[in-house]
Amino acid sequence: MSNTRQADATSPWRAPIMFLILAALFFAEGTFRNAMFSGSWNTALSILNMGLISAVMALGVNMQWGYAGLFNAGVVGFLALGGLAPVLISSAPVEGAWAAGIPRVALALVVGLGTLALSAQVWRRLSGIVRVPALIGTLVLGFVLYRYLFDPAVIAIEANNAASAGNIGGLGWPVLLSWPVGALFAAAAAWGIGKVALGLRSDYLAIATLGIGEIIVAVMRNEEWLSRGVKNVSGLPRPVPYELDLQGDTGFVAKAAEWGMDPATASAIWVKLLYAGLFSFVLLLLILLAELALKSPWGRMMRAIRDNETAAEAMGKNVTRRHLQIFIIGSAVIGLGGAMMATLDGLLSPNSFNPLRYTFLIWVMVIVGGSGNNWGAALGAILIWFLWIKAEVWGPEFMRLITAPLPEGGLREHLLGSAPHMRFIALGVVLLLVLRFAPRGLVPEK
Amino acid sequence: MDILNAIVLLLNFVVVPAAAYGAQLALGALGVTLIYGILRFSNFAHGDTMAFGTAMVILVTWGLQAMGISLGPLPTALLALPFGIALTSIFVLGTDRVVYRFYRKKRSEPIILVMASVGVMFVMNGLTRMLPGIGVNEVRFDDGARFLFSVQEFKAWTGLTEGLSLRVSQALTLIVTALCCWALFRFLNRSREGKAMRAYSDNEDLALLSGIDPERVVRLTWIIATALAVTAGTLYGLDKSFKAFNYFQILLPIFAAAIVGGLGNPLGAVAGGFIVAFSEVAITYPWKKVANYLGFEPDGLLQLLSTEYKFAVSFVILIVVLLFRPTGLFRGKSV
Repeated sequence: MSNTRQADATSPWRAPIMFLILAALFFAEGTFRNAMFSGSWNTALSILNMGLISAVMALGVNMQWGYAGLFNAGVVGFLALGGLAPVLISSAPVEGAWAAGIPRVALALVVGLGTLALSAQVWRRLSGIVRVPALIGTLVLGFVLYRYLFDPAVIAIEANNAASAGNIGGLGWPVLLSWPVGALFAAAAAWGIGKVALGLRSDYLAIATLGIGEIIVAVMRNEEWLSRGVKNVSGLPRPVPYELDLQGDTGFVAKAAEWGMDPATASAIWVKLLYAGLFSFVLLLLILLAELALKSPWGRMMRAIRDNETAAEAMGKNVTRRHLQIFIIGSAVIGLGGAMMATLDGLLSPNSFNPLRYTFLIWVMVIVGGSGNNWGAALGAILIWFLWIKAEVWGPEFMRLITAPLPEGGLREHLLGSAPHMRFIALGVVLLLVLRFAPRGLVPEK
Repeated sequence: MDILNAIVLLLNFVVVPAAAYGAQLALGALGVTLIYGILRFSNFAHGDTMAFGTAMVILVTWGLQAMGISLGPLPTALLALPFGIALTSIFVLGTDRVVYRFYRKKRSEPIILVMASVGVMFVMNGLTRMLPGIGVNEVRFDDGARFLFSVQEFKAWTGLTEGLSLRVSQALTLIVTALCCWALFRFLNRSREGKAMRAYSDNEDLALLSGIDPERVVRLTWIIATALAVTAGTLYGLDKSFKAFNYFQILLPIFAAAIVGGLGNPLGAVAGGFIVAFSEVAITYPWKKVANYLGFEPDGLLQLLSTEYKFAVSFVILIVVLLFRPTGLFRGKSV
């Protein structure tokens, strides 16, 4: 890595110009109506909002990859864990769920975690021939006790008003509070996985995170008591007003009329602007914190470790410890992004968590934007998200253009029909091209 | 009699399916481990190489079927397999030339190569989805006879209440895997090229000194790994059905198998494949009926984990190995 990351002189205007181009793209999307752009500010703002959230996730990945060279192939899992937080913290409490067995489930989870902790202690404290049997005995006993507590409680909870609830529900607290909780969830998972896989070969972390990502998503899909599984949890509370309330508000309608907009469009745009403001605030705050951290002695140490692990180790730095630290922080940021996404969507739909879309797309954002540079990662995220959404429109148009010389018939039809899959190819090609020809991304690290 | 019934039940629902699945994983893990041994990175595109190759085999199969060629009781896909391997090898060698060689020459960190393989994965995934008639559909392409013997036939022969069936695809998987392993180990241990590969894997610089052409070794590795991947993918597709996304998901058990056996160690990969498959099937199988035959009357299904979590099994195995023996059971490449 070291030979691709040496700072060459790049123009200080590079980042501002890139952001200007990005702004121009969004402006075009909002104002021009033609084959390429929708001409609707509503669409432009929804792309921007999801882009801002992607930027938060990309920041998290950038911390892991850009600061420490850690490959997290399970972004989707950490993101899904973050998305779970609004459900557990902010959705309305489910009537009867407490009586049905929440305490018992909680106890079961405590027993489960306790078993793992106890096994670790058993392994550490004992030695000789009793070690392995004692470990296995602890695990088996713990598992039996866990299932004994867990199964009946889950059946009771899922039977409780199964049509509209059937889960443990939430606490009904404000949704903004759930964002840091989402970060905590992801951080806890990262601690567990990092503890095992860090300090070994770099590929091992990639493979282990790939696994934990799949498993977290599988849990969210199947554990109906937790997140209603594929039935989705919808109607999560919002930190911003509802469009319908705004349309009923005479003051707002009068304001909209002043601007010459009908209340429906105005309310939709206003809500999206509020979201955009909120997300931008979080994003800028994170970038500020990250930049401050990078400029501190801690940040210099992180970069030193990344650029030459052996030398850093020789200087007395505990590389594995620092890697674990940055892995946890990065995952927490990804979890925060997941919580923000669930809030924006107003629902948690575990079925939509697809690794190709959530893990690897975020990766492409970071690499294209400029790994190691927070502004670059944010820029890459918003840009790639914009292109990813627009590729849905541009792909078929492009296909129509290049297949125009072909005769009407099966082949042309097929190519037109499969244009949506072009997105994956385009994404892969972009990743490969950037990795090879501009490994430092659009906005390189300083 | 009850004991016999329990054994037959076990054979039918655990041993035979797990053996077939284990053989498919073993072939996949062999490819991963060979690439790791020679090129020194974990190839994330391996799952999609399997998918792409299988899709090629399916296309050729359809072509053969249209021409009226078939293998009688055996699936036509077997005849199409060499063509599929050839087509996929050409593609994979192309990716090596265009993508990986650059980083190899530059001696980039392995993780950069892993990243590049993710890019290749995307491209192959997209291409597979674009192929006519395959796309995102579920494709069944097994023709010929379905069973060597079916449950009914088995019951009629033996008079047991439980039946055992052996599908052609399962038997074929085991036979083909055995042949592949035999050929591969013979090649690695006896032939000049195989020895060159092992030498290169052990010590790159020494191998270069002794006049081994690295590009040749790398090309050979890609071809062998691709052949194994396409074979594994085709057998998996014949056994279950072809769906592109499943091949991405099978990546985790394959990596687990390769790491359990020790990355870079072919023998370990085969053992790892079977370990992962047997644990996966045994842990997600409801043991209630077997217990009934053995004279117990359990309340529950005696299923340790529901089938949705079968990937968790490979993951746990992976974690255990990483915790206690990061080099794998058979001493693979260093940590």
